[in-house]
Amino acid sequence: MSLAGVAADPSKAADPLRQPASCGELFRVFNRMSLQGFGGVLAVAQRELVERERWMTREQFVETLAVSQVLPGPNIVNMSLVIGDRQFGLRGAFAALAGMLAIPLGIVLALTALYAEFASHPMVSGALRGMGAVAAGLVIATALKLLTTLKKSAMGLPLGIGFAAITFAAIALLRWPLVWVLVGLGSVAVATAWWRLGR
Amino acid sequence: MTGLSSALSPADLLALFAQFLVLSLLAIGGAITTAPEMHRFVVTEHRWITDAQFTGSVAIAQAAPGPNVLFVAVIGWNVAGPLGALATMTGILLPSTVLSLWATRWGQARRDTLGVRAFTTGMAPLTLGLLLATGWLLAGPANGHPGAMLLVAATVLVTLRTKLSPMWVVAVGAAAGAAGFA
Repeated sequence: MSLAGVAADPSKAADPLRQPASCGELFRVFNRMSLQGFGGVLAVAQRELVERERWMTREQFVETLAVSQVLPGPNIVNMSLVIGDRQFGLRGAFAALAGMLAIPLGIVLALTALYAEFASHPMVSGALRGMGAVAAGLVIATALKLLTTLKKSAMGLPLGIGFAAITFAAIALLRWPLVWVLVGLGSVAVATAWWRLGR
Repeated sequence: MTGLSSALSPADLLALFAQFLVLSLLAIGGAITTAPEMHRFVVTEHRWITDAQFTGSVAIAQAAPGPNVLFVAVIGWNVAGPLGALATMTGILLPSTVLSLWATRWGQARRDTLGVRAFTTGMAPLTLGLLLATGWLLAGPANGHPGAMLLVAATVLVTLRTKLSPMWVVAVGAAAGAAGFA
């Protein structure tokens, strides 16, 4: 039942998990991921880490994402650090972080220099709106894909979907502050999981 | 005030760095959640950049590849050039990086304890609800624009049903938007 035990589960042999061979590979994969990440990297990260590289299962991805979201700081940056650190310690953490940030940082600063000239052009602002719409769709699709991981949750699917739905309503519809949702609803959810796991 | 590269004194740069150090630890749910506080500091209080520059900074980072946190570097750049970008980026990353590494090692060493398992199991649904909410809020500007709403829906469908790389979908979105469709 343990979510944490999914990695070593030999029954998963149908699609075995791989591991990065070196810090260089970590850098390359995180860099490739970052350069594809228009409007946010999370959607791409799920695709690259779970579906393409097979470094982790969907369940492990959600678990890592949960930790990255609860910790302060940019989620995807935290996630890079956590994954890199697990593989190669501090060196891995910074290799993943550098892959995620170095080249995109150069690109965005170069664009900043150009932006002032082109910002008011209707084609540019139209393209930005179109990309924004696609970015939103990518995030929604990723969330829907990952919701299937709740089937394996020790809490059971109905409770899992329930907590996800309440979180969605509180943040997206009621616009409650995230910190209070995480602390308030989070403690109820963790207590429920504790009770379920402890039986 | 105009975002010229030499606009800030060393003391101001230090204040900028310190402000982002604090914001790093408040950025639960991502750096973008502290954008209102950044706006208050660099636009309202210090008038280092204008409101339009601030909004433009967020937009440019959204449109460029890479994590959204890069908007912090753009704000820093607009405030004080390369040194400003260095101050805001290291500020926003340093405390959260140290805390993340420490916390993840702490959790990893205790991953099989009931407490840690209850935490990850319990927080997973909230994580997914939050991700869905993020998508919903990002789709906000599309609301009321049929073309943009169609783009959102088509992206969801294509992503769920095919293995097409997101880059192609983004390219289609950009082309459709440039053609006035969004």
